[in-house]
Amino acid sequence: MNAYILSLRDCFPALQQRVYGKPLVYLDNAATTQKPLPVLSLLAEMERGRNGNIHRAVHYLSAQCTELYESARKTICRFIGAEHEHEIIFTSGATAAINLVAFSFGEAFVKEGDVVLVGEAEHHSNILPWQLMCARKGARIRVLPIDDAGRLRIDLLPDLLDDGVRLVAVSHIGNVLGLVNPVKRVIEMAHERNIPVLIDGAQGVVHEHVNMLDLNCDFYVFSGHKLFGPTGTGILYGKEHWLEQMPPWQGGGDMIASVSFAGSTYASLPLKFEAGTPNFIGQSGLGAAIEFVSALDRGEVEAHLHLLTQKGMTLLQEVEGLTMFGTDADQKIPLFSFSVEGVHAADLATLLDKMGYAVRSGQMCAEPTLARFGQTSLLRASLAMYNTDEELECFVTALKKVISMLR
Amino acid sequence: MSIAEIQKQIEEEFSFFTDWMEKYEYLIELGKALAPFPEERKRPENLISGCQSRVWLAVDVRDGVVFFLADSDAVITKGIVSLLIRVFSGHTPQEILEADIAFIDQIGLKEHLSPTRANGLVSMIKQIKMYAVGLSVAGK
Ligand SMILES: Cc1ncc(COP(=O)(O)O)c(C=O)c1O
Repeated sequence: MNAYILSLRDCFPALQQRVYGKPLVYLDNAATTQKPLPVLSLLAEMERGRNGNIHRAVHYLSAQCTELYESARKTICRFIGAEHEHEIIFTSGATAAINLVAFSFGEAFVKEGDVVLVGEAEHHSNILPWQLMCARKGARIRVLPIDDAGRLRIDLLPDLLDDGVRLVAVSHIGNVLGLVNPVKRVIEMAHERNIPVLIDGAQGVVHEHVNMLDLNCDFYVFSGHKLFGPTGTGILYGKEHWLEQMPPWQGGGDMIASVSFAGSTYASLPLKFEAGTPNFIGQSGLGAAIEFVSALDRGEVEAHLHLLTQKGMTLLQEVEGLTMFGTDADQKIPLFSFSVEGVHAADLATLLDKMGYAVRSGQMCAEPTLARFGQTSLLRASLAMYNTDEELECFVTALKKVISMLR
Repeated sequence: MSIAEIQKQIEEEFSFFTDWMEKYEYLIELGKALAPFPEERKRPENLISGCQSRVWLAVDVRDGVVFFLADSDAVITKGIVSLLIRVFSGHTPQEILEADIAFIDQIGLKEHLSPTRANGLVSMIKQIKMYAVGLSVAGK
């Protein structure tokens, strides 16, 4: 029992609940995470009355909310080590952020015959927006393959990065394989050819310490709800010089400088990309989530996650008939996707659910990743910093039990 | 036996189980015991896709009576599928159309028929009813 982790758990009321009369063991953190008390109380306080539309009115509540919203932007800017606050665009999540770039960057820079290089093991959210953009622009997608252990084949990059490539889009950490991709190397190699890179950080920002200046990517996106923050929040980080050159994605209030029927001029960054009333309560909550995470003892948390990863790899690989996907131990986070011989993942998940274990089964919004390994359905247990090693041990025991029921 | 009687029979069988574990063990048993689905009939038109598991459904008509064959790649789904076949097979299209399937709820498997499960079962029942509509129209 790790005392630090136990005290951390106390901050998450959702973890104290029972399901079907059994203590909840929540192992679906890659899908969404639970929220800590400071986030919950800020959201409740704002919903209850600290509520006034931002950037618009002179009254007290509007000023309060504008302050919370803009200070969340500052917090996030500091958290990801971005150079400028106006490079932080609030979106409804990682998906919206990728769609924003796909549309807006596409409009400005992509033409017929161009190529977008996309990783092979991406979430559908980092595939579909590029397909839509390619269809609109007459461009096409090229795939950056992975090897059998799930590693990106960066050795192929010199050939894949030809003059036709307009953008590279890869995940920092994939939601099926749970491996930290060598994104820094990808960015360096793409930049040698002046090709910008978007990093899907939906999982990466949770597990890695990210710094935009150091990473030097052109775009980085993530969702608040996977980072212990509110649902419907997220971030697009974009380098100023790209964002400046990109046209607005959506039109509406707040994103303009002046409007007339003859034509309008747009607000400067970041508001140019934040049309309409944003989810200012949620984004303020995201600020609170990031303050919460930043105040944790990073050494403790990282050591704990490392332990969970090692223990999970060892215990799971001892389960008879289990095949793990994403096996590069050096790059692994505590996210384990696997199949079990002769047993369907949906059956495993159904029985585990009855025992109180929340895990994911199916295609996990990454059909091409599963297809790469000849699979149609996997089981995934994804752990967060608040999961204990006891929970992991109990999970593996429960897994063995349900396997024997099903065989 | 009528559709209603078969449902009653199933409800009785399930009433002996005292906990969820026994119930699921029984479903798994039923799933494993389901008559094999002919490989050559695993055609795309017989496939009902859910994100979680897949269900195959085929229909035969003999002397105005409908018989269903089904399969799933997940064994618990297959167990429930076998119950549905037991209820619906051997009846006329009209009887199938009029049937109200309350037993799923009664034996505590309602959550498996929730549209959020995406396991193909909801679509399977819809498909069974559609076949019955088609057959009863053709029969008139
Ligand atoms: C790697 C990755 N990218 C993108 C997404 C999409 O995130 P959201 O649905 O919050 O927009 C997810 C969510 O599962 C993810 O894991």
